[in-house]
Amino acid sequence: MPRMLHPGAWWLWATGLAIAASRINNPLLLLLIIAVAGLVVAARRPRAPWSRSFGVFLRIGLIVIAIRVVFQVIVAAPIGVTVLFTLPSVTLPDVLAGVRLGGPVTAESILAAIYDGLRLATILACVGAANSLASPARLLKAIPAALYEFGVSVVVAVTFAPQLVADLDRVRATRRLRGRPEGGVRGAARAAVPVLEGALERSVALAAAMDSRGYGRQAERSPGVRRATTAALLIGLVALIIGVYALLDASAPAYLGLPMLAVGLACGLVGFALAGRRSTRTRYRPDPWAWPEWGVAACALVTASTFLAASAMGMTGLVAPVDPPAWPAVPPLAVIGILVSVLPAVITPPLPRPRIPVGLTREAVGA
Amino acid sequence: MIRFDHVTITYEGAASPALIDADLHIQEGELVLVVGRTGSGKSTLLRAINGLVPHFTGGTLQGRVTVDGRDTSAHHPRDLADIIGMVPQDPMSSFVTDTVEEELAYSMECLGIDAGTMRRRVEETLDLLGLADVRDRPLLSLSGGQCQRVAIGAVLTAHPRVLVLDEPTSALDPGAAEEVLATLQRLVHDLGVTVVMAEHRLERVLEYADRILLIPGDGRPPILGEPGPTMQTSPVAPPVVHLGRLAHWQPLPLSVRDARRQAGALRDRLADVAVDHEPATGARVVSIDRTRASYGQIPALRGITLKVSQGEVIALMGRNGAGKSTLLSTLVGLRRPDAGTVRIAGIDPATLRGPKLIGRIGLVPQDSADLLSRDTVGAECRDADRDAHCAEGSTAGLLADLAPEIDLDAHPRDLSEGQRLALALAIVLVAEPAVLLLDEPTRGLDYPTKARLAEILRGLAARGHAVVIATHDVELVADVATRVVVLADGEVVADGPTPQVVIGSPLFAPQVAKVLATCPGERVPLTVPAVAAALGVAG
Repeated sequence: MPRMLHPGAWWLWATGLAIAASRINNPLLLLLIIAVAGLVVAARRPRAPWSRSFGVFLRIGLIVIAIRVVFQVIVAAPIGVTVLFTLPSVTLPDVLAGVRLGGPVTAESILAAIYDGLRLATILACVGAANSLASPARLLKAIPAALYEFGVSVVVAVTFAPQLVADLDRVRATRRLRGRPEGGVRGAARAAVPVLEGALERSVALAAAMDSRGYGRQAERSPGVRRATTAALLIGLVALIIGVYALLDASAPAYLGLPMLAVGLACGLVGFALAGRRSTRTRYRPDPWAWPEWGVAACALVTASTFLAASAMGMTGLVAPVDPPAWPAVPPLAVIGILVSVLPAVITPPLPRPRIPVGLTREAVGA
Repeated sequence: MIRFDHVTITYEGAASPALIDADLHIQEGELVLVVGRTGSGKSTLLRAINGLVPHFTGGTLQGRVTVDGRDTSAHHPRDLADIIGMVPQDPMSSFVTDTVEEELAYSMECLGIDAGTMRRRVEETLDLLGLADVRDRPLLSLSGGQCQRVAIGAVLTAHPRVLVLDEPTSALDPGAAEEVLATLQRLVHDLGVTVVMAEHRLERVLEYADRILLIPGDGRPPILGEPGPTMQTSPVAPPVVHLGRLAHWQPLPLSVRDARRQAGALRDRLADVAVDHEPATGARVVSIDRTRASYGQIPALRGITLKVSQGEVIALMGRNGAGKSTLLSTLVGLRRPDAGTVRIAGIDPATLRGPKLIGRIGLVPQDSADLLSRDTVGAECRDADRDAHCAEGSTAGLLADLAPEIDLDAHPRDLSEGQRLALALAIVLVAEPAVLLLDEPTRGLDYPTKARLAEILRGLAARGHAVVIATHDVELVADVATRVVVLADGEVVADGPTPQVVIGSPLFAPQVAKVLATCPGERVPLTVPAVAAALGVAG
């Protein structure tokens, strides 16, 4: 039966791909991951304003690669011997002895920068894919009650961005109406004032509307429960910090590592559950978590664990050689691990068809 | 149901109270209409009902407001959400979710209503408000009337006993407004909901009101009374009431239907009076020829041909989304048409910039605050002088003619709607544009301010400007327009002298014409001043 998949499943799927990408810098595998994400997005993307974010994130990825390359050229120490060109170098004072500015630029270091940037871009593409597939509002419905208020502020912020763009267009138009130049830095600065004022007024109006509609109503709680909640959350946080620190610092005693992490997690979960009881919210038509969701989660697990294990065991081919540069190898196991994540394009239920074709937004038709 | 005990509300830093000594009791199941001039405290009173004033806005509230026995000083708006549904002025600004169905469920989710009940109430509300066809549409894709109905539905699902609405029909075309009002009447009749509603367009809503809450705004406390007696003295009243006052009809008619029954004698007296004459027009200034424009796949204008001459006042009418705003932005060159030509005094506006553009054509946008960006009126005026290469002080002088009461040191945001419109008009007019365009200028304006605007526009036309107004306000059209152009679906469906187009039209006819006309195409006066002039008495 056609239905929307649980947004959490899509985020798990994207996380699986992102974990895989974080373990490698082989450009062929990274491009394969982007292709897999793109394929699933094309197959299961709903027709909604947020579903165009995949393309936006891909473009941001390109910018990231460019920035990474520029940084490599200007500040990072070169690797390899194939000098492409030499920038005038600046001698820095002794305090900054470790920093280099300018100097020779090698093909190897640029290649390494591109691979590195591509890895970041791939992770961004995974986030973009999840954004396109899962409605932010539906995700909000699925988060724990204790985090609800935080979630609302995030969603409101997200929905305001397109509104700001529309405002900017309107203010630009009015600059023309007053016979002023439409572009330019000064023009943009002058336009910012009414746009920000408009955004502020709208957020105040929205806050008033939400309050009028019962947002933030709370159940009565005894002082004991309130204190217990605070204590559980606080202890959990402290224990988590100690645990993570002990795990990362090899010299810390072993009993501070995993046990503290476990204690922290347990206290945190208890705190969340107690805090959640304060909220009296119910949920309208929550998304079910059924076989397709389990299937998507399993795909994510396979992809992520393949790469975690492969990189732990030091499988060759995950990292492409840059010095000297060579055509990267393509390990078949890694390819299979990535291709598993293309399955959601077929195993998930098809999208429900809108009863009436979705038209353009009201602003767009100038109503 | 709703009780105000000697309530006086003063905002922080305000010299005088926004609401003075309101002492009233609204019964269960009543439809109460709040009337008063702009700035008289209508919104303040509405927002005090669910505690937004003072919990949200600050300020002090003396006295006591209780709704269904709950005191708003002890209850926050969210604690009253189960008995009061509040529909704000701009429904779009109140939407929290992104689709119709989710929006309808939002209040219930906040109130902790169980899943089964929520499901049932959403289905009921979709049917009650006729929204079943759009249930899974994104809110951004809805028309104005649909938005307003979703906003009403979104608070109705919580089964409130009181519904508070701030100008529910001001932004709507006449058809959509009737849809919304029919819905409200059904709620009052079938479900016994108490409705409190503020509205400037009394001609649309007066006949539905059980009682009127008049806020005089001159320091006297609000008066809650029967519609007839209250309208006798109200400073704001729809044309049909003014006509009744003029003709000394007793009881005072509140609806066209009431008035028609008493209008026989007046019709006879007007029968042999020559009513109006073709206005003199000058040279042609705007010519649009087979113009098409579209947004992506969606056509907005499908081959429009229109000529405008000096001295004409043209009203562009048609439902929301018919292409009025697109036509205006094409005229000022903000959009280039896909096909066809647009000429302002012989020149394509899209090629014009700066003083050359604003000297030929000016547009006052729907939200006149868009034009303003400085922090004082004076600075705004000096900017306008510079933009138009005029002598310093020209705009300020013009503004002094349009609205002498405006203080040049005031912040534009502190002006009333009408004053802000006057400022925007002065800024646009200082460049002496041959063509003046106004997009929905009467939203939020009360009758006296509207009359003032009409006077200004008539003066401009007499001095040879061409004026084009896109509007839903049939009374303004009857008052100032010499010609009416009706758009539907991007096409011109009617174009002719105002009386010819509006008389006999159920949607576009002004109240006076509805009262006086007995057959379509008959020549009758369209406004109360016109009737008074025809009778030779002072209106």
